[in-house]
Amino acid sequence: MQWETVIGLEIHAQLATRSKIFSGSATTFGAEPNTQASLIDLGMPGTLPVLNEEAVRMAVKFGLAIEAEIGHTNVFARKNYFYPDLPKGYQTSQMDKPIVGKGFLDITLEDGTVKRIGITRAHLEEDAGKSLHEDFHGMSGIDLNRAGTPLLEIVSEPDIRSAKEAVAYVKAIHALVRYLGICDGNMAEGSLRCDCNVSVRPKGQEAFGTRAEIKNVNSFRFIERAINHEVQRQIELIEDGGKVVQETRLYDPNKDETRSMRSKEEANDYRYFPCPDLLPVVIEPGFLDEVRAGLPELPGEKRARFEREHGLSAYDANVLSASRELADYFEQVQQVCGDAKLAANWVMGELSSLLNKDNLEIDRSPVSAAQLGGMILRIKDNTISGKIAKMVFEALAAGEGASADAVIEAKGLKQVTDSGAIEAVLDEVLAANAAQVEQYRASDEAKRAKMFGFFVGQAMKASKGKANPGQVNELLKKKLEG
Amino acid sequence: MALERSDVEKIAHLARLGLDDAELPRTTETLNDILGLIDRMQAVDTHGIEPLAHPLEATQRLRPDEVTESNRRDAYQAIAPAVENGLYLVPKVIE
Repeated sequence: MQWETVIGLEIHAQLATRSKIFSGSATTFGAEPNTQASLIDLGMPGTLPVLNEEAVRMAVKFGLAIEAEIGHTNVFARKNYFYPDLPKGYQTSQMDKPIVGKGFLDITLEDGTVKRIGITRAHLEEDAGKSLHEDFHGMSGIDLNRAGTPLLEIVSEPDIRSAKEAVAYVKAIHALVRYLGICDGNMAEGSLRCDCNVSVRPKGQEAFGTRAEIKNVNSFRFIERAINHEVQRQIELIEDGGKVVQETRLYDPNKDETRSMRSKEEANDYRYFPCPDLLPVVIEPGFLDEVRAGLPELPGEKRARFEREHGLSAYDANVLSASRELADYFEQVQQVCGDAKLAANWVMGELSSLLNKDNLEIDRSPVSAAQLGGMILRIKDNTISGKIAKMVFEALAAGEGASADAVIEAKGLKQVTDSGAIEAVLDEVLAANAAQVEQYRASDEAKRAKMFGFFVGQAMKASKGKANPGQVNELLKKKLEG
Repeated sequence: MALERSDVEKIAHLARLGLDDAELPRTTETLNDILGLIDRMQAVDTHGIEPLAHPLEATQRLRPDEVTESNRRDAYQAIAPAVENGLYLVPKVIE
């Protein structure tokens, strides 16, 4: 039987506020346990929450970016459950009136097609603390630094049909929240976490199958693997005559499998009710206008502009707009050197492999945009060849000069364009390889083409790579054809 | 709508309330009285009236995003039953 996969994702994005959603505690990652947990975060009696304006602004930014309706009146609700890292006994969240209503995000698939994924809603809520279960002689250790960190939970429609689409969607959300500056997107630190609702149904069937939810998958690679594994598990289960149970599962990357987390779904009765401690939050049209006016250029807009303004291919525009930092870097290089195509090639080629090799983000690039742009200028005005440029680039990366000009000067890499000097080098090379010259002249056209490369190589070697390759080709041809 | 004893047992479990056999019938009766009152209120025609999330006719004040709390862990942990390495210790919550 042919099966179809149906996936809906819930993404929790930690909002990049300085303080928590309902208290003035800091949200810095990695602080000593419980040093950022105030009386409010500890759920002490007699405390009252006061909502962080920036958290509201960030949620609204996201809503506007996905063209969603922003709720005028927002109500916070209590989601009740007992767990020691949730000291109040409830999570303050939103139920009936989320701040962000229905919207959408367009994703680009591997084959270049664009697919629209519906976003059901996004709501504000607080994060819980952390439980540590090891090494406390039979007890659990609780760190409440994370308790009260603002989260935006982004719920997609079940529009996703494969693990690859799911990854493309999460990447698009990741890029968007970083463009908006509302989340640092650091998945390893848990700033962006993903719950995957996965089900399968026979192809052509309209009704959804029973879904399982895979909790807290925290990397793009694991999302793909966890979903693929879960799909396979469900298909095998059904084909063996079994039934998928609606449950929460956990992905174990070491074993590459998902396993059931809770046996009793009965406990999942959260008894939501409006939080009496928080008044309705009203978002005025003026506030919306202010946020809208401050929105940056979004990934889709930037991609389209790169194609239109800089004449980049769809592929290049897509790669270079993947993050705001990369896009900014590219545009700075382009501005310095005035050549978008060369700038794109260098950023996506040499620069990207350098960053990959040292596992660096673009904002920590050892070669600045001004340095790279300056170097490309020297390629364009024939001071250096593309090949020498790679040496200059490596020297810049190694910190061997403040600018391409300084490196070229210090290392004497200036290209030789004086035809007299080049001819002198060529004469030496031809004299040293007299036998090959004779052979060349006796050969047919096809063979000559092959041999020509040998002479070019020798000439470049003799000039230490500094002879202008175009001139070498031209002059060499003349001399050999004689 | 009336609650059965089993409903009350389930709600009590969710709220982590320990009700004994003597308290269960009494609590069931009390809750059913409250539900009876709600039934009477629900019979009122509220057509065209906006649902109320909060009894006060006011809206939420927002605070600026500033860190105003400092580290007072030692003071807060002085009243905790058990702490270690800055963590609050609780009975183990995982099987």
